[in-house]
Amino acid sequence: MLVIKNLEKDFGGIKAIHNCSLEVKKGTITGLIGPNGAGKTTLFNLISGIYAPDKGEIWFNGERIDGLKPHRIFRKRLMRTFQISRELQKMTVLENLMLIPYNQDGEGLSGVWFLPGKVKKQEKNNKKRAMEVLEFIELIHLKDEYAENLSTGQKKLLEIARTMMADPEMILLDEPGAGVNRTLMNKLVEDIKKINANGTTFLLIEHDMDLVMNLCDPIIVMNEGSKLTEGTAKMIKSDPRVLDAYLGV
Amino acid sequence: MPQLIINGIIMGSIIVLGSIGLTLTYGILNFANFAHGDIMAAGAYLCLFFLGLNVPFVVAVILSMCITAGLGILIDWCIYRKLREKTSVVLLIASIGAALFLRNVVQLIFGPQLVYYSSEIQMAKKLPFGIRIKPDEIFIIAASFLLIIAVHLFLKRSRIGKAMRALSDNMQLAGVIGIETEKIIFWTWGLGCALAAAGGIFLGLEVQLRPMMGWDVLLPIFAAVILGGIGSPYGAMAGGMIIGISQEVSTAFINPAYKSVVSFMILILVLLIKPSGIFGKKERLA
Amino acid sequence: MSGILSYLITLGIMAGIFAILTLGLNLQWGFTGLFNVGIAGFFAIGAYATAFLTKGPSPEHLGGLGMPIFFGLLISAVVSGLIAFLIGLPTLKLKEDYLAIATLGIAESIRLIFTNEAWLGNGNRGIKDIPKPWAELSAAPYYNLLFLLIIFIIIVFIYFFIEKSIHSPWGRVLKAIREDELVTASVGKNVFRYKLESLVIGSMFMGLAGGLYSHYISFISPDVFHPMQFTFLVWVMLILGGSGNNLGAIAGAFLVWAIWSGSEFLTDLLARISTDPKVSGMITNIQSPLRIILISVILELVLLYRPDGIFGEKKIL
Repeated sequence: MLVIKNLEKDFGGIKAIHNCSLEVKKGTITGLIGPNGAGKTTLFNLISGIYAPDKGEIWFNGERIDGLKPHRIFRKRLMRTFQISRELQKMTVLENLMLIPYNQDGEGLSGVWFLPGKVKKQEKNNKKRAMEVLEFIELIHLKDEYAENLSTGQKKLLEIARTMMADPEMILLDEPGAGVNRTLMNKLVEDIKKINANGTTFLLIEHDMDLVMNLCDPIIVMNEGSKLTEGTAKMIKSDPRVLDAYLGV
Repeated sequence: MPQLIINGIIMGSIIVLGSIGLTLTYGILNFANFAHGDIMAAGAYLCLFFLGLNVPFVVAVILSMCITAGLGILIDWCIYRKLREKTSVVLLIASIGAALFLRNVVQLIFGPQLVYYSSEIQMAKKLPFGIRIKPDEIFIIAASFLLIIAVHLFLKRSRIGKAMRALSDNMQLAGVIGIETEKIIFWTWGLGCALAAAGGIFLGLEVQLRPMMGWDVLLPIFAAVILGGIGSPYGAMAGGMIIGISQEVSTAFINPAYKSVVSFMILILVLLIKPSGIFGKKERLA
Repeated sequence: MSGILSYLITLGIMAGIFAILTLGLNLQWGFTGLFNVGIAGFFAIGAYATAFLTKGPSPEHLGGLGMPIFFGLLISAVVSGLIAFLIGLPTLKLKEDYLAIATLGIAESIRLIFTNEAWLGNGNRGIKDIPKPWAELSAAPYYNLLFLLIIFIIIVFIYFFIEKSIHSPWGRVLKAIREDELVTASVGKNVFRYKLESLVIGSMFMGLAGGLYSHYISFISPDVFHPMQFTFLVWVMLILGGSGNNLGAIAGAFLVWAIWSGSEFLTDLLARISTDPKVSGMITNIQSPLRIILISVILELVLLYRPDGIFGEKKIL
């Protein structure tokens, strides 16, 4: 589904991504692990269009997407979340979600002024959908709260909720478990599994090895800007090169 | 034309002195300080004050530089420091307030009229290629050159200078290495504002003093900073010279009143062609 | 009694013109996070545009087409929006403060052009005798009241236009951009397009305000449009009123204008009471810097202690 070929990205002489090739198969929850500075988040930024790669290709669903702007990539139904949750602070939880659906007529001024009926109807549907998502994610009681007032864990859930609103074919999750307590983490894992069961592919960066080993198959290990190895949790655990990479040998 | 280039070098020296401080605070604190021009003006008027006490000129310059450095640190301490958590734009608004405050305090004390440091008329020296240059102008070029060398040595050799460059290059990186950020910010204001004072004094020497003088150089110093790449002191030096010379040379073709429009045009061109400036890092934002 | 009343009416008209500017800025900054420091420039463009179009022929300046005032005001808004469009193209894709520097530059360039190109707008001497609407009534005692009414109607119209536009999916995208551009782009919104729309529409209101000023005062010159002072005043109005709150923006405009012109009124009075010409001369000299110092201190205090303004942003559901 997502194919990366010979990707290169340089930052002021430092090779953040170097000759990186990998593939994510449809329907999987693929894990992306590796020591700090291995280039995982940079890879996400390249896939989601925040940076343009220096060289190489990124293919999604048989289409080449490298170099496209972020909003174009989203419209290919590939969505990402951020390592530190980036909720829209001075907007309510509900607004955070209702922003997501694509192709809203009311998002153009002409629609607002000349198609009020249609916009109203779409808003009603979007709101209904957002409420469903909030029910599912169990944040419904906070729907009118400013997003900045949520706890760290709730913000992570809000990020997941946003991806559900978008209903993309593939989701890039950047450290969904960071700063989340055990109870919430279990809920997060359950949610991801449920969404995956509906046919959404995941690629997720995570440092919590328990979470990765339980949730992900296959797991891709990155080191020094490229793929080191790939395999099931069991294979990764027993691969001596992975340990070497983490120890910096 | 050679005369215009010499004039450009004089203006360029002044712009360079102003833009080093601006680029460092821009790079380190990540905000465009619109008060920097008025800091220059404040320095120039402080010098006028000391000259009024019959202090020798060079001593007056040094005193003004020290006090202006303190002034910059004081403004940071009273206002900017408390807003650092907010977005860079809130700091920007605060700096506009500070700019107008400084300018009008100057006007309140010294009045709105034009003033000169000295009423004596200087004879220009004649040089080859029909260049004429006044002793004051030789002083401006020489003193600016010395100051720039001093800044260079400071940035390359001293621990604080090195940390300053690292910080303005990459705030996060510096945090990882363990640089005491607040101390560096303190020194950055001090250094930047002292240089700005020198720039302001030289501007007063070359043209004249008026409360609006800081406003007149604001666009040129911003153009120099952006041309050189935000956060790069060496870029600011090159950018300042380019802006200074282009402004003066342009007067051969268009109305001299449009000098700051010329620097603005250069600024827009840079933004269109290479927004990161000559020495800046390549960075793409969504 | 009637003296005070007519003073209040003039105060209201000018505050109303500033309220239009503040509403325009609120759309740009309060809802989209765009930092426009060129308000004086957009205002000036509007003021000159309508003067050229609506005045009768004159050797002192360009234009003189004698067109209807309504049409002149429309063009004021359009030209101002066009300038905003041109300045937005190179800067809105970059970091936010580039827009600030660029708008400041354009405002100063506009001022310098009108100052130095005498053929354009009669240079520093300015353009006088700009027609007033319903000029045949202009001698009547209630004329200013009529003008105030027009301004009031325009403010109400703009207020409802912005409110309706903001409480829509369109406005939701603008607010999302204000909060986090990167996230908004990552959920499929063309951030650049929205920023450009917001900048252009806001600047059109600023141009309209300039046009209204032109017809109210009947005289314009480049001095009025000094980029920093003028622009600053509008910013203080918005910040004091609370960015992101349209009613607050209007209230802020009236409050700051009252302080601004009230302080002038007071010092004038002091200068007149004083019998010593030296003292009254001194008061006149320090009056203008003192006012600006006062306003800038108010701004810093609000930024430090009431960052959401006096009224703050309304929670929009």
